[in-house]
Amino acid sequence: MARIGVFVCHCGHNIAATVNVEEVVEFAKTLPDVVVAEHNLYSCSEEGLGAIRKSIEKSGLDRVVVAACTPRTHEPLFRKTVELAGINKYLFEFVNIREHVSWIHAKEPKSATEKAKMLVAMGVAKAALLEPQKEGESSVIPTAVVIGGGLAGLTAAASLVAQNIDTHLIEREARLGGNLADIEVVAPEFRKGKELLDEMKKELKVSPKTHLHLSSEVTEVKGFVGNFEVTIDKAGKAEKIPAGAIIVATGAKEWTPKDEYGYGTVPGVITQMDLEKRLAKGERPKRVVFIQCVGSRQPGREYCSRVCCNTSLKNALRVLDASPDATVSIMHRDIMSSGTASEHMYRRASERGVRFMRYGLDRPAKVSRTQSGTVVEVFDETLDEEIDVEADLVVLATPMVAQDDSRDVGKLLKVPLDKFGFFLEAHVKLRPVEFATDGVFVCGAARWPSSVSECISQGMAAAAKAAIPIRKGKVVIEAITAQSDPDKCAACGNCVIACPYEAIEIVESEGKRYAKVNEAQCKGCGTCVAACPNDAMQQRGFTTRQLGAMIDALVKNAMGET
Amino acid sequence: MMTDFRPTILAFCCNWCSYAGADLAGVSRLQMPPNVHVIRVMCSASVKPEYVLKALSQGVDGVLVLGCHIGDCHYMTGNHRTAKRIPLVQRILKETGIDEKRLKLDWVSAAEGEKFQKVITDFVQDVQKLGPNPLREVRF
Repeated sequence: MARIGVFVCHCGHNIAATVNVEEVVEFAKTLPDVVVAEHNLYSCSEEGLGAIRKSIEKSGLDRVVVAACTPRTHEPLFRKTVELAGINKYLFEFVNIREHVSWIHAKEPKSATEKAKMLVAMGVAKAALLEPQKEGESSVIPTAVVIGGGLAGLTAAASLVAQNIDTHLIEREARLGGNLADIEVVAPEFRKGKELLDEMKKELKVSPKTHLHLSSEVTEVKGFVGNFEVTIDKAGKAEKIPAGAIIVATGAKEWTPKDEYGYGTVPGVITQMDLEKRLAKGERPKRVVFIQCVGSRQPGREYCSRVCCNTSLKNALRVLDASPDATVSIMHRDIMSSGTASEHMYRRASERGVRFMRYGLDRPAKVSRTQSGTVVEVFDETLDEEIDVEADLVVLATPMVAQDDSRDVGKLLKVPLDKFGFFLEAHVKLRPVEFATDGVFVCGAARWPSSVSECISQGMAAAAKAAIPIRKGKVVIEAITAQSDPDKCAACGNCVIACPYEAIEIVESEGKRYAKVNEAQCKGCGTCVAACPNDAMQQRGFTTRQLGAMIDALVKNAMGET
Repeated sequence: MMTDFRPTILAFCCNWCSYAGADLAGVSRLQMPPNVHVIRVMCSASVKPEYVLKALSQGVDGVLVLGCHIGDCHYMTGNHRTAKRIPLVQRILKETGIDEKRLKLDWVSAAEGEKFQKVITDFVQDVQKLGPNPLREVRF
């Protein structure tokens, strides 16, 4: 018999204003295996956690259920608490009665209380069947691989070698620097792009820990955190690199318009990167029109590319610096220049006479060739009238888009991408440069259109994260991995095919063939469990018996005994 | 109409997308009917057909399986299996005389609190229209 303690949280008024917490506690006391049920004002407070620990000792609990908020944020805290009180942390079960009850049924206190009871009953039923787990450990190869030698990748690699970690930097072009190599000065500080790159390159050059692979592409990635094997193709020759962690810094590229705004047909219509190259060569245009949001913030590509407004402001100022009598217009849908330095740049541009004209998505500007030259017609929403602007150069601020082969890279590394082909981190706020796949990290524009300073900070962040397993020398594997029961397994191989991580193989032992899970490679998705026709495959913490008991508890408590 | 009927519904939500979407609905205080009880699983692909059959055969009025959108699965291709498996389970239900509309599959991302609210609200209404699960009285 399990000895379960149930702790129901008021969360101040967050739960208690809707759910009758005392009633839930009284109900919990009637559930099988429950020895203690209490309520706390804030279970996660020092006081609440102390009460849980005290109760574990006093009542000799061997399992704990907390009914409070979401396990996605607070589970580690409660697991740690029960562990401190001597209970294996996998004997803890979380019931969500805030996000999933009180906050979404605020006007129905009675039904909300009933639902909270059901969820507690389900949690208790699962808790009774929880088993203590031991987390696995595996060793770590003290080497890092950085894919992509743009600014983010260079920064990451430089940070890693500075920590004395052997780092392989893989760049498919023959040169380092990525997009930044073509940008003379960067916004908003007007630093020279080359200087920034040279600083990073110098740090890499002086370290014996740097292993540079130019004109090389990743062709295969095998293994798991701590024990990857990255195969690269270096001028037709394959090379295998063992590594403990991998950083993806494959960047993004400027979107090339098809025929928008006369691109390719009307002379003088160019992109931002074209302008960067022209300015770097010393060209001094006199009449320049920038058109913002070309191909972005519209159906099909809804996102804001974030860097284009600053780039246009910067280049507007550069045009004026070179020729103070130049006329510069920026046609925009909103100027996004957040932060002090960028806002300052916007103000300076206004003061220097840059004309800002706001247009709407429904009435885009028209660019045409007339006898007097190239003319941009725009409906200025502020003035509420049509304006014609003559221009020598029409610069289209197009968004950064994902690399054409970003999905291939995603497949190689088994990491997800969003619908635009940018890499998707594990959690936007809580785990920004990490993938859900352990040991693989992401930084720079591969993740999202990023400014120079963001590429640098993300490169450093990814390096700091990648250094954790390498410095620790071992990795802990969360005990939610799958295990098969050789006695039940018929070696059909369904699970082998189903596993997205190639973590299962059919092995033979003492004349019996069965499926064996490589726990270091298993990510705990449970796909194999559903694929198994014999119930031989079980996911720890989500066994068929545990989930079955939850269903039974719902049936019994919501609909009464048969 | 069955407006008085308050169905009991079970939902399997994957940890990474739909459970997070449900959390977001909560954080956003989006109101919805209180009939749906969530079981958190790591991936929608781990939902065994047996769970669905067990719940429905014991009288649960409806089962929802919610996963990440295709292409967004935390486990890369897990939900591809869900997308194939659940329609198959629906066919089995139909063959055995259980209205297959009692089982629904949908995708809710971590950013789609409003979608979660809509899926829950719509499904509760759909199940209300279907009426109580006839197996409620029999229970296998």
